[in-house]
Amino acid sequence: MTSPLEKVSVSADTKSPAAPAAASETSSRSLYQKHIKIYARPIAGHFNTTRWAMVFLTQAIFYGLCWFDWNGRQAVLFDILNRKFFMFGLVFWPQDVIYLAGLLIVSAYALFLFTAMAGRLFCGYACPQTVYTELFMWIENKIEGDRNARIKLDAQPMSARKLRIKATKFLVWGLLAFWTGFTFVGYFTPIKELAHSLTSFTLGPWEGFWMFFYAGFTLMQAGFLREQVCKYMCPYARFQGVMFDPDTLVVTYDEERGEPRGGRRKGVEPKSQGLGDCVDCGVCVQVCLTGIDIRKGLQYECIGCGLCVDGCNQIMDKMNYPRGLIRYSTEKAVAEHYTRSQMLAHVLRPRVLLYSSILVVIIIAMGWSIATRIPLKVDVLRDRAVLSREAEDGRIENGYILRIINAAEQKRHFEIDVSGIEGAEVAGRRSLEMEPAQVAELTVTVQAPAESLKRGSNQLFFDIKAADDKAVAVHEKTTFLMQ
Amino acid sequence: MSDFVSEFWNFYVVGIVLASVIACGVVLWSQSKVKVAGGKVETTGHVWDETLEEYNNPLPRWWMWLFYITVVFALVYLVLYPGLGRFQGILGWSSVGQYKTEVQKADAQYGPIYDKFAKMSLNEVAGNKEAMEMGKRLFLTYCMQCHGSDARGSKGFPNLTDADWQWGGDHETIKTTIAEGRVAMMPAYGGQPDVIGGEAGAKEVANYVRSLSGLSNDSALAAKGKEKFEKVCVACHGADGKGMTALGAPNLTDKVWLYGSSEATIVETITKGRANRMPAWKEFLGDAKVHILTAYVLSQSGNAGEKK
Repeated sequence: MTSPLEKVSVSADTKSPAAPAAASETSSRSLYQKHIKIYARPIAGHFNTTRWAMVFLTQAIFYGLCWFDWNGRQAVLFDILNRKFFMFGLVFWPQDVIYLAGLLIVSAYALFLFTAMAGRLFCGYACPQTVYTELFMWIENKIEGDRNARIKLDAQPMSARKLRIKATKFLVWGLLAFWTGFTFVGYFTPIKELAHSLTSFTLGPWEGFWMFFYAGFTLMQAGFLREQVCKYMCPYARFQGVMFDPDTLVVTYDEERGEPRGGRRKGVEPKSQGLGDCVDCGVCVQVCLTGIDIRKGLQYECIGCGLCVDGCNQIMDKMNYPRGLIRYSTEKAVAEHYTRSQMLAHVLRPRVLLYSSILVVIIIAMGWSIATRIPLKVDVLRDRAVLSREAEDGRIENGYILRIINAAEQKRHFEIDVSGIEGAEVAGRRSLEMEPAQVAELTVTVQAPAESLKRGSNQLFFDIKAADDKAVAVHEKTTFLMQ
Repeated sequence: MSDFVSEFWNFYVVGIVLASVIACGVVLWSQSKVKVAGGKVETTGHVWDETLEEYNNPLPRWWMWLFYITVVFALVYLVLYPGLGRFQGILGWSSVGQYKTEVQKADAQYGPIYDKFAKMSLNEVAGNKEAMEMGKRLFLTYCMQCHGSDARGSKGFPNLTDADWQWGGDHETIKTTIAEGRVAMMPAYGGQPDVIGGEAGAKEVANYVRSLSGLSNDSALAAKGKEKFEKVCVACHGADGKGMTALGAPNLTDKVWLYGSSEATIVETITKGRANRMPAWKEFLGDAKVHILTAYVLSQSGNAGEKK
C-alpha cells in the first residue's frame, strides 16, 4: 500500500506523529497522516536566478506563442477537429504520427541524459509543476508576506483581515490559473476566436469545460498540492533512482566538512570548538520546497532545485567560510576529494555517451525526415475481393482505390501513372485537381497485357506527380494479380 | 441479465460482487495502522546498493480517502447501473438502449438528407454531386466486395459499368435488383446424357455458342451444337440466343461473359451449371440508400440502363 520510498528522512519541520517513547513497547501508528504544509522561505542566489530565468523562458513561450500568426492562420495550432497540427510552416497530419513518437523518444532520451549527468534538472528548473508552483508562491509571498508571516497567519483564527488576505490571494491565483487554462485551450482552438467567444459569452461546451478543467488543476496543483505531486504522484520521481549513479551531479551536503554541526559566534575558529562548518541555522531546511533536510544525505524527495545551495552559501559568506558546504557534486567526488576538473572528467562515461549518441542520431533522423518531407501522401488499397478479371479485349484488369492527400496549403494538379509492368496503363481518369489539404479517394482500374504478366503476383508501381513541382512525387509499390 | 438458469446464480453473483467491494473497504480499514516497536520511523528492512534504504513513512491522509472514495464509487455505480445479478440499475441503462438512442440520433441527423434524395427521380440523383459522393461511399461499403471498387465486377460478378443487363436495364428494374436481390440458375446438364450428350455434346453446344458471339469455333461441332441448342437452350436463352431478362438468362451473342468465354469454361457451365445470387438490400439499408445506390450504379454505367 505504501510506495517504495528510498532513503527518507523526516526533517525538523515535518515530524511524524511520534509514538510514545517507551522504547521497548509496541505501539500502533497510522499509515496515513494529515498533510503538513510546507512554508518555503524565498531565497536569492545563483540557482534561484536560474530557476526564474527558466520560468520566464518557458512561460514566455507558453503564454506568447499562441498569439503569433503564420500564413494567415495561428502559427502553432493543434487542430484536433480537422486532425491537423500546425507548427509554423509545417503541417502534420494523422499519418505523421511517427514524428510524435520521435518527439517522445527525443524527450525521453534527453531526460535520461540530463538525469544521468546532473540529476533532476528538469524537476528543479523546467517542469510545469515547478514553474507554476514558483509563480503561485511568488504571488502568495507578495500578498501574505514572508515565511514567518504566513505561518502566523495560518495559525490565527479566521478574522476579517485574514479573510481579506486569503480572498485576495485566491482571486489573483484564480486569474492566473484561468489565463493558463485559456492559453492551453488556445493551442487547440484558435486563441483569437476563443478570446472573442469568451468576451461575447458564446463559448463552446467542450472549450469551456477544458478551460475550467485545466484552470482548476493549475490552481489545485500549483496552489495546494505542490510538492505532493512530486512526492506521491509523479512517475518520473519513482524511477529516477535507476538513472543515477555515483558520478551523477546532485545537491550534496559535505558531511566531512560540516559535522559536527552547532552554533558558534562569528569569527570563532570552528576547529577550536570541535565543530564543523555547519552552523545548524536551518536555512537549508526552510528554503526547501519539498521540506527535506539535505544534511541527511540524498533523498528521493529532492528535486535538485539548488535553493539550499543558495541559502547555505549566503550563510557561509556571512561567516566568512568558503562556499560550497552544500553544492552540486557527485557521490564519488565527495568521497574521493576530486577537484572540479576531475569531477567533470567523470561526466563522459559510457552511459552518458550512449544516451547522447542515441539522442543525436534520432534528432538528425527526425530533422532529415521532416526536411525532406513532401506534402503529398498516397495509400494504394488493392481490391481484396476481386483478384483479377479479363477485359473484353483480353487484357487483364485489377482494381485499386487510391487515397490521395494533398497536404500542401495550395491547390495542386496531380498526374497518375503506373510503371513496373510492360504495357500497363491506367484505364480512365489519369489526373486530379485537388484543393488545399483535401483528401480524395479515387477508384482506379489498371489494365495490362496478359503476355507481360506472370501468373500470380506481379509488382506494380503507382507514380503520382504534382504538375507544378517535380519534387512532389510519390512512387508507391503495390501488386497486380493475374489468375 | 435474464440468462441465469435459476435464482440461485443471481444471488451467487450478487453475493460475490458485494462481498468483494466490502472486503476492499475492510482491508483498507484494517491495514491503515501498523505496529511500531519503540516509536521510531522504521525502515522496511530492505537495503540496496549498500546505503539505499526504504522507510515506512506515512502516506498523506487524502490518499487514503481516495481509496475509500473508490469503494463508495463502486457501490453508487452498482445502484445506478446493471452489475448486481439481475438488478438492472435505477437509471435503466443498457448497451442495446444506448445503441438505439445513438441510431435514433443518427437518423434524426442524416434522415433529412436521405429523404431529400429519396424524393428526387433517379436521373436527378445521378446528376447530383453530393448524392454521388454518398453513393460512392455506400458502394465501397456494401457492394465493392463482389463488384469491385470500380464496379467492373469479376468472374461470376457482373460488370455494372457496361450496357449489358442480365435482368433488364431500366431504372426500376435495377432498383428492384438491388432491393429484392436476384437468384440466377443455369441448370447442370452433365448428369443428363440424353439431353445434351454429356461432355462431348456440351463441347458441340459450346462451339455453337461461341459462334453466336463471333468467337473462333469448330464449325462442324457448332452445326451439331445448333440442333441441341434449339432443342434445350432456347427455352431460356431465346431462339436467337439473346437471352431473356425476365429469367436473368444472359445474352449469348455479345462480348460480355460472366464466367469466361473459353470453350472449356462454357463446357463447364453447361455440364455443371451455375448458381448465383445477388443479396437483397432493402431490409438492411432501407429504401433511401437503395435509391441512392441505384442512381450511383446508373451513373457508373453512363446511364446505359435504358439500353438493352
